Amino acid sequence: MKKVIIIEDFCIACYNCEVACVATHSRSEDPVKAYKREGLRGRSNAVVEVESPVAFSVMCRHCRHPWCMDACISGAIQRLDNGIVYLDEGRCVGCWGCVVGCPYGAAHPNLTVKDKHAFKCDLCIDRLEIGLKPACVEACPNRALIYDETMEKRAEVHTP
Amino acid sequence: MLFKKPQIQYYPYIVQRDDYRCVRCLGCVEQCSYDATFYDEELDMLWNKHEACVGCKRCEAMCPTDALKIIPNPSRPYEHQSWKWDLVMDAYLQANTGSIIITGIGNDKPYRVSFDHLLLDACQVTNPSIDPLREPMELRTFLGRKVQKIELAEAEGGNITLKTRLAPQLQLETPIMFSAMSYGAINLNFQESMARAAVRLGTYWNTGEGGLHKRLYPYVNSGIVQVASGRFGVSRDYLKVAAAAEIKIGQGAKPGIGGHLPGEKVNPDIAETRMIPPGSDAISPAPHHDIYSIEDLRQLIYAIKETTRYEKPVFVKIAAVHNVAAIASGIARAGADVIVIDGFRGGTGAAPKSVRDHIGIPVEVAIAAVDRRLRAEGIRNEVSIVATGGIRSSADVIKIIALGADAIYIATAAMLAVGCTLCQTCNTGRCAWGITTNDPRLARRQNPDIASEQLYNLVRGWSHEMKEMLGAMGINSIESLKGNRLRLRSIGLTEKESEILGVLPAGE
Repeated sequence: MKKVIIIEDFCIACYNCEVACVATHSRSEDPVKAYKREGLRGRSNAVVEVESPVAFSVMCRHCRHPWCMDACISGAIQRLDNGIVYLDEGRCVGCWGCVVGCPYGAAHPNLTVKDKHAFKCDLCIDRLEIGLKPACVEACPNRALIYDETMEKRAEVHTP
Repeated sequence: MLFKKPQIQYYPYIVQRDDYRCVRCLGCVEQCSYDATFYDEELDMLWNKHEACVGCKRCEAMCPTDALKIIPNPSRPYEHQSWKWDLVMDAYLQANTGSIIITGIGNDKPYRVSFDHLLLDACQVTNPSIDPLREPMELRTFLGRKVQKIELAEAEGGNITLKTRLAPQLQLETPIMFSAMSYGAINLNFQESMARAAVRLGTYWNTGEGGLHKRLYPYVNSGIVQVASGRFGVSRDYLKVAAAAEIKIGQGAKPGIGGHLPGEKVNPDIAETRMIPPGSDAISPAPHHDIYSIEDLRQLIYAIKETTRYEKPVFVKIAAVHNVAAIASGIARAGADVIVIDGFRGGTGAAPKSVRDHIGIPVEVAIAAVDRRLRAEGIRNEVSIVATGGIRSSADVIKIIALGADAIYIATAAMLAVGCTLCQTCNTGRCAWGITTNDPRLARRQNPDIASEQLYNLVRGWSHEMKEMLGAMGINSIESLKGNRLRLRSIGLTEKESEILGVLPAGE
C-alpha cells in the first residue's frame, strides 16, 4: 500500500503541509477561507513537530494493525479494504480513546465546536480517487513528504 | 521601545503582510533565519522587525497564502546624485561599527556590462542557417594543452596510430562547468547537487579550496580539486582521484585578498575535510607563500603534474586584473594546461565591499585581451581559457566563447537555480535558502534530489539555447565559434572599447 513517507532530513518546517491539509478538507478548498471563515484553524491532520534543527510532519501512518481502531468504542474508526484507516466523524462520540491510543499522536481531539469528535488523516481519499497525491505531499516544497510504496520496508516508521 | 541608533531605523526593506490572507501557520517565523519575524501569542498576530530583514524573500516564497511581500522601504531622504543611498547607508553602518563592511555575492555596481553591448550574427540567404533539432550540433569541448602538430605512423596491417603524445584533456559535453565553491562556504547538500548535476551533464564541478568530503567521492571523476593558498584538504590522493587540479591564485570578487572561514563555522565535518582542528580559523593567505614569481608557479604546477603522473590537466585560476594578458602569458609558459580568468563580477562567500566593488576588470574584456595576447605570442594552443565571473545567460556564454574562451564556469547562476535571491548576506552564514550556510537547520533546505535537477535543467536549457544561436549563425560546432569575433558586433561601445574587445561596430 502506498503511504506518506516522512523524510526527516529534509523537512524545513514551512508548515505548507498543514495549510494544504486544512484547505483540502474544507468546503471552499481555499486556505484563507478555510482558516478565516470555516473555523478550521488547528484542524490539520498533519502536524509539524519542530525541535530545531530537527523537524518533521506527522500524520496517520495507516498502520496494518491500528491501535486507534482497537481503542475506538463506537466503531467510527475502520480499516478500509484499500488499507486506509478511516475515521467517520459522524459516528465518533468523542471519547478520545484513539487520541490516547495512537503511538504517533496522529489522532487529534477537535475541541473547537460543540459536537466533539476526533479527527485524523484520511490519506486524502477523495484526491486519491481522482488520481492526485495527498495534499500534504503535493504541497511539500522540499520533498520531505513523498507518497510511495516503500513504507513497509522502513522499520522506523512501522508499527508491528 | 528600546533605544536604537537612529540610522538603524532607515532599513532597506519592509515586510508587507496582508493580515487577512495570513492564516497564522507560522511558516514565515520558522523560515526567517534573520529573526525578522515573530509571533505574538497574546494578540495572535505576526509582527516583523523590518530592520532585521535582508530582503532574501524566503518568507515570501514559502508563504502558502501569498500574504507576504518584501518591498524596498519607500522612505528615502533627498535623492543625491553623488551620495547614492547605498553609500550613505555604508557610512552610517561604519559610523556605528567602525569595521570593514563585509558582503557576499558579486559586484553590484552599475559598471557597463559589455555583454549587453555585443550582438550576434545570423545567416541570411547566402549561407544556410542550421536547425539544431534536425541536424547534429556539437557543444563538446576539450580542455587542455593542444599540440602544434600531430604525427601519425602506419603500423603493420595498415592501421594508423598516433605518434605524438597528447597532453591530458578534459572532455565536456557542454562548455559550462560549475565553479569553485568550497565546503564551508556552501554546504554539502548544495555541493553534492552540483556534483550530481555535473555527472549527469557530462561536465565538471569544482571542490573549491575546502577539500573533498567523503560523501562526494562517488562524483570525483567529474570533479576538479582546488589547491588554494590555504592548502586545505590537499593530499596526494586528493590530487590523484580528481579529473583535474586547479591552483587558485585569485578570485574575481576579491583579487589580492585571501579568505577567512571563522572558527565558529568550522564544525567537525568541515575540519576533517579541510584537515584542520575543529573550531580553528581556516585562513587562506592573500598570496601563496611559496609563489612569488612565474618560476615558483611553475614549480607548483610541475609538483602537481609529477604527483598525478602527468595524467591530469592543471588549471591555474587568476582574477581579471589590469595586466591580465601578460600574467596569462606567464602562466601559459609556466606549464598550466588551462587558465581560468575570473572577472570582477564573480561571486564570493565573503569579501570587503570596497574590494568587491572596485577591484579588477570585467571578464569579457579580460578574455579578449588574453586571447589576443596568447595568439600574438603563438602560444594560444598551449592553454585552454576558461571564463568565469559574471556570465548570466546562454547568450553570454556564446559571446565570451566568440571572444576567445574555451569554456565557462558558472556559480552565481547555479545558486540562482536553487533559490538564491542575491541578498548579499552569504557572509553571515545564515542563508535562509540553505545555500551558503552549514547550520543544520538551514542546510536541509537544499534537497540534493531537487537541487541537482534544477541545476541540470538550467545548464540543459542554456545548452539548447546555445545550439539554437550556433545554428542561426550557420555553425554546427562550438569549436568553430572559438575566438570568432567576426560573428560579433558592438553597439553603444566607444571605438576604443570595440578595439579592445576586437569586434567591429554594428553596421561595419
